[in-house]
Amino acid sequence: MALPKAKEDALQARLAALPAIAGKGWLAAARAEALARLTAMGLPARRDEYWRYTDPATLNSAEPTPAVRFDAGDEAAPFDGMDRLKLVFVDGVFDAAASDDLTLSGVNIERLAQAGDTDIHWAQGLYGVLEARGQTPVVRPFAALNTAFATDGVLIHVTGRAAKPVSLIYVHNSDTSDAILHHCVKLDPGAELTLLENGPAAARFSKVLEVEVADGASFHHIRIQGRDHQRRAVTHIFARIGAKSEMRSFTLTANGRLTRNEAVLELTGDEGRAHVAGAAVGDGDFHHDDTVFITHDAEACESRQVFKKVLMNGATGVFQGKILVKPGAQKTDGYQISQSLLLDEDSQFLAKPELEIYADDVKCSHGSTSGAIDETALFYLQSRGVPRRTAQALLVLAFLAEAIQEVADDAIAEDIRARLERWLARHGTKG
Amino acid sequence: MNVLETVDGTEVREGVDRETIETVQAMAGKYKYGWETEIETEYAPKGLNEDIVRLISQKNGEPAWLLDWRLDAFRRWQKMEEPRWAMLNYPEIDYQDQYYYAKPKSMAQKPKSLDEVDPKLLATYAKLGIPLKEQMLLAGVEGEAEPRKVAVDAVFDSVSVGTTFKAELAKAGVIFCSISEAVREHPELVKQYLGSVVPPTDNFFATLNSAVFSDGSFVYVPKGVRFPTELSTYFRINAENTGQFERTLIVCDEGAYVSYVEGCTAPKRDTHQLHAAVVEIVILKDAEVKYSTVQNWYPGDEEGKGGIYNFVTKRADCRGDRAKVMWTQVETGSAITWKYPSCILRGDDSQGEFYSIAIANNAQQADTGTKMVHLGKRTKSRIVSKGISAGRAQNTYRGLVSMHPKAKDSRNYTQCDSLLIGDKCGAHTVPYIEVRNNSSRVEHEATTSKVDDDQLFYCRSRGMDEEEAVALVVNGFCKEVLQALPMEFAMEAQSLVAISLEGSVG
Repeated sequence: MALPKAKEDALQARLAALPAIAGKGWLAAARAEALARLTAMGLPARRDEYWRYTDPATLNSAEPTPAVRFDAGDEAAPFDGMDRLKLVFVDGVFDAAASDDLTLSGVNIERLAQAGDTDIHWAQGLYGVLEARGQTPVVRPFAALNTAFATDGVLIHVTGRAAKPVSLIYVHNSDTSDAILHHCVKLDPGAELTLLENGPAAARFSKVLEVEVADGASFHHIRIQGRDHQRRAVTHIFARIGAKSEMRSFTLTANGRLTRNEAVLELTGDEGRAHVAGAAVGDGDFHHDDTVFITHDAEACESRQVFKKVLMNGATGVFQGKILVKPGAQKTDGYQISQSLLLDEDSQFLAKPELEIYADDVKCSHGSTSGAIDETALFYLQSRGVPRRTAQALLVLAFLAEAIQEVADDAIAEDIRARLERWLARHGTKG
Repeated sequence: MNVLETVDGTEVREGVDRETIETVQAMAGKYKYGWETEIETEYAPKGLNEDIVRLISQKNGEPAWLLDWRLDAFRRWQKMEEPRWAMLNYPEIDYQDQYYYAKPKSMAQKPKSLDEVDPKLLATYAKLGIPLKEQMLLAGVEGEAEPRKVAVDAVFDSVSVGTTFKAELAKAGVIFCSISEAVREHPELVKQYLGSVVPPTDNFFATLNSAVFSDGSFVYVPKGVRFPTELSTYFRINAENTGQFERTLIVCDEGAYVSYVEGCTAPKRDTHQLHAAVVEIVILKDAEVKYSTVQNWYPGDEEGKGGIYNFVTKRADCRGDRAKVMWTQVETGSAITWKYPSCILRGDDSQGEFYSIAIANNAQQADTGTKMVHLGKRTKSRIVSKGISAGRAQNTYRGLVSMHPKAKDSRNYTQCDSLLIGDKCGAHTVPYIEVRNNSSRVEHEATTSKVDDDQLFYCRSRGMDEEEAVALVVNGFCKEVLQALPMEFAMEAQSLVAISLEGSVG
């Protein structure tokens, strides 16, 4: 079906600003297929149902809106003291000098650009494959665009228990950078990996992470998305989770002009577990969108979505979450909660928590709430001698706690709490 | 267990009394209202064009402004696209393959009173259990307190056949008549309010309705009148291949109160029939309207053959402060249900409530819910939705709760629960929650589960058969909504729940 004129024009304008797909080997073929997908679906528009709460205009534009580099001052970078394998990307380009050596016991790491030229590679079965699967029932044009035009990325094959976490660090250097990164992670049966991500990456950042979690494997993902940057980002996680395996993903977002984090998880083996959580704090011109789609396609799987947002000074929080239970996915346990704390009159929360269920022996629930800070609790704390601002910060942290609990590593969870505390102190709560 | 005797082929066993069996059998009958009244009907030619719109208007003896209004809507409708966002799967509807106007021949001359109405029509309603004649009601229970009265307006295919209790209504100053009559008798009221809640431009089906609505009910409750009698409209589609497009307009003036009940049935047919109604409710300061629906259109057979396509736009506008509306619906019929009774909470401190039971069995599909649009300060809304899916049916709750920036200190509570019976059906929840100020609180909860085996086992161990046990458990699941219905309708609804689930177990 041909695209409407407006969509066709927008797509052509965007494509004109991108380089032609070059190269040979499997990667070029995968890119060409993704471009065909993108051409068929067009770029998202505000009128599209999936974008009703987030305006994709600045993600669509040929050139990114400039974003000034941000100086974090004396705030240490996340995961600083941890023993980890660091891979650094500057404005979306791998920086070998700043990165650690790629060798790690239990893990095999390659750069996308180098692995892509070969005829046969394990990543063939993953790169763009999960993304393509994730295009139904709703299209995700930015993911297809990413697959077609990603400038860099890593392919991580985990064969056993990774000796230490792999840490992807995204450095923002140029005010007008437009980065497109695409990573693949494949965990063999029984393998284990913790993947860390942090940094603002670029003025505009597009990232796709495709993850195959084989039977009995365990994948833990923790992401800290910058701090107070003006950057815009659209990210996707596509994951397939096998029998008795586990995936946990947690994201902390502090400011940023526009963030759209999509997670498309598919439970394909019995007794699999998928947990995806997010804590977001936004002050002022902040728009944060969590869009999650979890498919239960096997028996006795468990999924949890926990998303909490604290919004002030006109910030906007969006949550679109869906649990799809396919026919035959009996004994499913699906849980979803999305909550927002609005610290003043100007902020808003827009949510669409969905359930689509085709099996009867399931336990699925979702909840969504929005409101101001509890005055009674605040009054109680003040009556016990806690200053109002401290009391507010305490209540905000308590509100975010359920999401932070999804971080299995205690030290990281503690660090996240401390960061949030400092963020709240800096931005102040009204009162 | 010992078999004691046999009632209509069912064995009566020890511990189960005969009455139980009979009750269950009576309830478990297939679609009860599937018969057709053989009555001479006058049709407008099949299809839809401006001439048909003119013809409908002319048949109703309408003034020029209303004809223009219809034609505007029709022209707009021609440019509109049928919405397909609902989780409903049905073949393309051929809008030209429908009759847009059907009227019993005997109604050609408008009868002066119910006594002049074709006895066949009255018999149809009697068979449906709708007492059109006041006498039937007044002859109620001997020696008991005065039986509860219900004023009824009955709509057969496209025309209103009669309204009961005219005298009592007039005494209270309440206007309750068919909308065609209201256009003739009270043009100023109709002109003022028609299309003011659901404008002719609203959506594809409402626009279609605006162009071709043939009849419906009109209610005006004057200032300060708290009308104790339930007003009721009964809709019956009889003619084949006929779309029914009724339009209901309720205006509740300051401080007034009215409770309105709507029921619907249709004969069994192999072909699908289209029903696109519009209900508009205007509620002024301190007024309150209760609107209850028991929708039991023919759902089609087990294979999904036939049945009504039900596309309905219902909206209440709480224009004044402290206005209150309560929608209660029991949706058991129709092959396709597309219906979102909404509340615009414009006045400060106004309240909207929505209670719904939607049952989809066999091949039925329902996509229904509500919209709560909070505009005024301290407005409150509550949504309780119970969806039950059985057979191969798909049941979707779709709703919107919107808190406008100015709707300070408002409150919403939403609960939608789904119950699945069998592993081939589906239950879906699609809520939209938009909160644009922080002093308002919005809470949404949804759960999905199956009929609890322990509860079923318990009922079975007390001698109930499986269907009866399921009906009991489901009735318990729906309790909060059933309680919101006027008493007689709650009884009817309870047995409807059982009937609708017939064939869903075993």
